[in-house]
Amino acid sequence: MTNILDLQNIATQVRRDIVRMTNAVNSGHPGGSLGCTEFMTALFFDIMEHNPADFAMEGKNSDMFFLSNGHITPVLYSVMARRGYFPVEELKTFRVFGTRLQGHPSTAHGLPGIRMASGSLGQGLSVAIGAALAKKMDGDNKLVYTLHGDGELEEGQIWEAAMYAGAKKVDNLIATIDCNGQQIDGTTDEVLALGDLKAKWEAFGWTVVGCENGNDMKQMVDALTLAKTLSGKGKPVVVLMKTEMGYGVDFMQGTNKYHGVAPSNDELERALAQLNETLGDY
Amino acid sequence: MKTYENKKMKDLRSGFGEGLVDAGAQNHEVVALSADVTGSVKMDGFAKAYPERFIQCGIAEANMVGIAAGLSLSGKIPFVGGFAEFVTGRVYDQIRQVVAYSNKNVKICGSHAGVTLGEDGATHQTMEDIALMKALPNMTVLVPCDANQTHAATVAAMRHNGPVYLRFGRPKMPNFTDENQEFVIGKAQMLNEGKDVSIIATGHLVWEALEAAKALEAEGILAEVINIHTIKPLDTEAIIKSAKKTGAVVTCEEHLFNGGLGDSVAQTLALNCPTPMEYVAVDDKFGESGTPEQMLVNYHLKAVDIVGKVKAVLVRKK
Repeated sequence: MTNILDLQNIATQVRRDIVRMTNAVNSGHPGGSLGCTEFMTALFFDIMEHNPADFAMEGKNSDMFFLSNGHITPVLYSVMARRGYFPVEELKTFRVFGTRLQGHPSTAHGLPGIRMASGSLGQGLSVAIGAALAKKMDGDNKLVYTLHGDGELEEGQIWEAAMYAGAKKVDNLIATIDCNGQQIDGTTDEVLALGDLKAKWEAFGWTVVGCENGNDMKQMVDALTLAKTLSGKGKPVVVLMKTEMGYGVDFMQGTNKYHGVAPSNDELERALAQLNETLGDY
Repeated sequence: MKTYENKKMKDLRSGFGEGLVDAGAQNHEVVALSADVTGSVKMDGFAKAYPERFIQCGIAEANMVGIAAGLSLSGKIPFVGGFAEFVTGRVYDQIRQVVAYSNKNVKICGSHAGVTLGEDGATHQTMEDIALMKALPNMTVLVPCDANQTHAATVAAMRHNGPVYLRFGRPKMPNFTDENQEFVIGKAQMLNEGKDVSIIATGHLVWEALEAAKALEAEGILAEVINIHTIKPLDTEAIIKSAKKTGAVVTCEEHLFNGGLGDSVAQTLALNCPTPMEYVAVDDKFGESGTPEQMLVNYHLKAVDIVGKVKAVLVRKK
């Protein structure tokens, strides 16, 4: 297991990447990216068994991850690059014409580590189920992970997939939900209240793991480790992690203002002053 | 003209079902997914022969398309089956994102296509599916003309690496192509050579086109009949060659005017060799309940309608 302090240092650098990448092109989604930084760092640097240097689309005998809320590419690309899927330098091409780092994940531009286009919300869980079923058919005992936004749970396909995975006991699947309580038009309570998510997932036949503070690295690692130990027992596992949108930069925190808005040059300066350059900027 | 024998009336969906079992025997990576219409779509043969490779998704087509895309990653060849409307129109965005744009080796198989679905009525009779699927980059669109050809097309879809939409219908129709035919994706099939007009048809209307050619021959009009079983990629070479030879074209399909075979042919002609042309297709309206035969008659998709359009185009021919 990777040391928590080391993971925290990586997360701080990832946050620098996120604000710099979005500022550079004055677009992208920094808010959700910052909120999911602990999760993505823990997953890519500690939890998943994968081989970034030798990426294969088939993913045989390797854990797989599908980003269903595809708009948070800043955090995805940063952890992928920092973990060795592609050169860190390439982060400077984010959203720039001709880049492999498309606004939303794409397989059409050959970026190692991306297995499916996403961003049209609600589809990643179904894709992950397919990948998990293929692993079962092939006798491959590795796991399949997904990340979804809580607002994304308003999509009906999520519940088609949840019903399927529960009913058919797809127990090599760990779904994670970024419960930041925010979506574009306001809070999830204002837009379309999600109700009791724990009860909902349990009713669909899932094992539910909670994470009270998904921005606390130790708690995040513990929750994902627990989810792993609960897999393979006849039920899919879902991790409900409470996070704060924009976490790590005081003026971006706890608001949906930066969902799809990049920090300005002044804001970037203020943000970087709060984030140490732990691994070196790209 | 060359004669074709209707060996036996047979539904195209049964050709698909048999082709799927065949594809499954030839390649162990073939898997099939159904959304509670396994018997209707004739996937029950595959489900029985290969239960470990059959996935029952329940009435959840969007999830089914996503699962298929996920399965394809490991090298599986998923065949997604359902009523054409519900595996295309209902899940257009799913197909767009995780099949076409992500360029996955998934085969979307739409049964009960067109007005010949009959009594179920317009809710289930898609006549827009070719338009939707051919609009997607990376997508190959196959529309075989009878049961034997649907069997061959299913096996060809398995061998083709990439997204495929395979369209076929529900009712028993004349089965007249060879049982063990070779199906070459993207290659037009010359059924009858002629010199006065080119009748370019797809799906159930290919038989009607042959019937029309027979009637026209009796009047001294020699019609060329071409079966386009691959709408995309279109065999433009064959179409241009025929249009240049005859100087008049009639397209025939069980689909709307907008976005079907006719539009693909019209585009080809406009860009390469502008030629007078008429469409036999449904003009911007939904279907209704009735027998398959009543539907063909009332929606003007019969041989007699093709003959009428041929005469109309011959008037315009220079």
